[in-house]
Amino acid sequence: MIKAENKWKYKRLVKNAAFAGICLVIAVCCLFPFYWAVVSSFRDGANIFSTDLWPTHLSFENYNTVFKDKTFLCSFWNSAAVATMTAFLTLAVCLFAAYPLARHRFPGRKRVLMIALGVTTLPQVAVLSGMFELIRVLDIYNEKAALVLSYMIITVPFTLWTMTNFMRSIPKEIEEAAIMDGANQRTILMKVFLPILGPAIVTTGLLAFIAAWNEFLFALTFTLTNQARTVPVSLALFSGASQHEVPYGLIMAASVLVTLPLVVLVVIFQRRIISGLTAGSVKG
Amino acid sequence: MKNAVCLKEKGMRNKNSGKLVEMPGKTGRVHCEKKRKNLSNWLFLAPCLLTLALCAGWPLLKTIYFSFTDAALDSLNDFQFIGIDNFINLARDQDWWIAVKNTFVITVVAVPLETILGMIIALILHRNFKGRGWMRAIVLVPWTIPTIVSARMWAWMLNDVYGIVNELIIRVGIVDSPIPWIADNTLSIVSIILVDVWKTTPYMALLLLAGLQSLPQDCFEAAEVDSIPFHKILMKIILPLMKPTIIVAMIFRGLETFKIFDLVYILSSGNSATATMSVFARKHLVDYADVGFGSAAATALLFFIAFLSIFYISFNRKKLNKLS
Repeated sequence: MIKAENKWKYKRLVKNAAFAGICLVIAVCCLFPFYWAVVSSFRDGANIFSTDLWPTHLSFENYNTVFKDKTFLCSFWNSAAVATMTAFLTLAVCLFAAYPLARHRFPGRKRVLMIALGVTTLPQVAVLSGMFELIRVLDIYNEKAALVLSYMIITVPFTLWTMTNFMRSIPKEIEEAAIMDGANQRTILMKVFLPILGPAIVTTGLLAFIAAWNEFLFALTFTLTNQARTVPVSLALFSGASQHEVPYGLIMAASVLVTLPLVVLVVIFQRRIISGLTAGSVKG
Repeated sequence: MKNAVCLKEKGMRNKNSGKLVEMPGKTGRVHCEKKRKNLSNWLFLAPCLLTLALCAGWPLLKTIYFSFTDAALDSLNDFQFIGIDNFINLARDQDWWIAVKNTFVITVVAVPLETILGMIIALILHRNFKGRGWMRAIVLVPWTIPTIVSARMWAWMLNDVYGIVNELIIRVGIVDSPIPWIADNTLSIVSIILVDVWKTTPYMALLLLAGLQSLPQDCFEAAEVDSIPFHKILMKIILPLMKPTIIVAMIFRGLETFKIFDLVYILSSGNSATATMSVFARKHLVDYADVGFGSAAATALLFFIAFLSIFYISFNRKKLNKLS
């Protein structure tokens, strides 16, 4: 009897240890590249080639150089401005559109949702030349407006779906109570739904912000000068004096600076982001 | 006058808990109310639809149109219609077929890998254990890091002379000499797949986790009470129930991987032997300023995507129907 219990305990212990082991392996795989970037960013000069897994000595040389680099700071500001603008515009457009899609049944409703879903699958290169012409016609080439305009194709369909799903989950009784009190559609949306949707707006806005912050192809194509570039582009074009002399220490320092705000945001809003990401796609 | 009728209708609708009831003899008024509501629906939708038309519809049609012309980047208003010449040239272009092959290889290898790894992570995150919140945050990190940053981070780690990956596998004794991860064309594709899997597995895991959580949980409990071994629960209950979710997630990821651009652009630095369809199209469109030919390549990619999309959308439509 005691033996059997011991055996059971032993088995459980092994199982738990194996589970912890798997968790540890996954955690290391997920975190190591970023850890290595951080470690590398604190190594100056020839120290960068050291393969010590632990940080041996801290040097802020790379960060100093990055902060003195006007082009990089400029691109940081560009990214922040473009991503914020994109998130706000997307939210404004999608909030209004999601309301009838989520709360009313009318002919053409499904078709609109299907079109939005279709747009999410469009490859970016497939709109590249048309978008280029549009940007030329509007005379906004090499400007932030060009990027905001082109990013809408990425953020709007996704936000529309996510927002529609969130709005659908609001109980019908709330809307009915508002109608009883004589509220019209606009009042219902602005005074009743908007406050309830606060968390959902934060989530979808954040996701749109991240998508715009990370976008590369449009930013690479529709900007020309250092002053107009966003962070991903200037990171991609960051190179040393010669091709063989890539300043990895600087690149890693810049990478860490670009990523840190995002990691902090995601860790804080982890739950919300997960619900937003999944509401928009598979859960339907 | 019309307004008054509508207002009266509104009152009636409230009593009927928001639902319009067609009454004999009053169809005219109901019709009026319906029409007004329909109009306001479309007014709410208008900004969104206009945005989509302006930044997706128009550029898309224009790209397809350009693919039948000889437009160049500096003369977008001055071009000639040349029929399907661009597509014929595309079919004859060896580099294009290499790009097609690379895209297929990357998609076919990366997506199943992501699915398997994502499923493992989803199963772990579905369990209730201490530190689950931490685990979830950690798993999200690769997804958070901008693609360009991941590409540069990995390019540094995979550097053939100074890279930590080579150093580690030599230290452990798996290989004797450094592996040229990025310089070699085949290995470069392997590296791209590796980084793509690393970066997108978290997202896959989240999609699958959402699916897992929407399964009837009493199934698991019943199986646990009957002390059925886990691998049996997985094969006989979880996977069959998860099949639709897995398929949708795989198609979704497949579509994304098909468009892959950023990673390839950084990790292979413009080499045509490792290019994908997106990289090929952009190179011709922008670097060689051949808008006609580049647009043709983009249109061809669009066709591939459209094929996959139809599957994706029809799967989602089923879900949409279920919801409404």
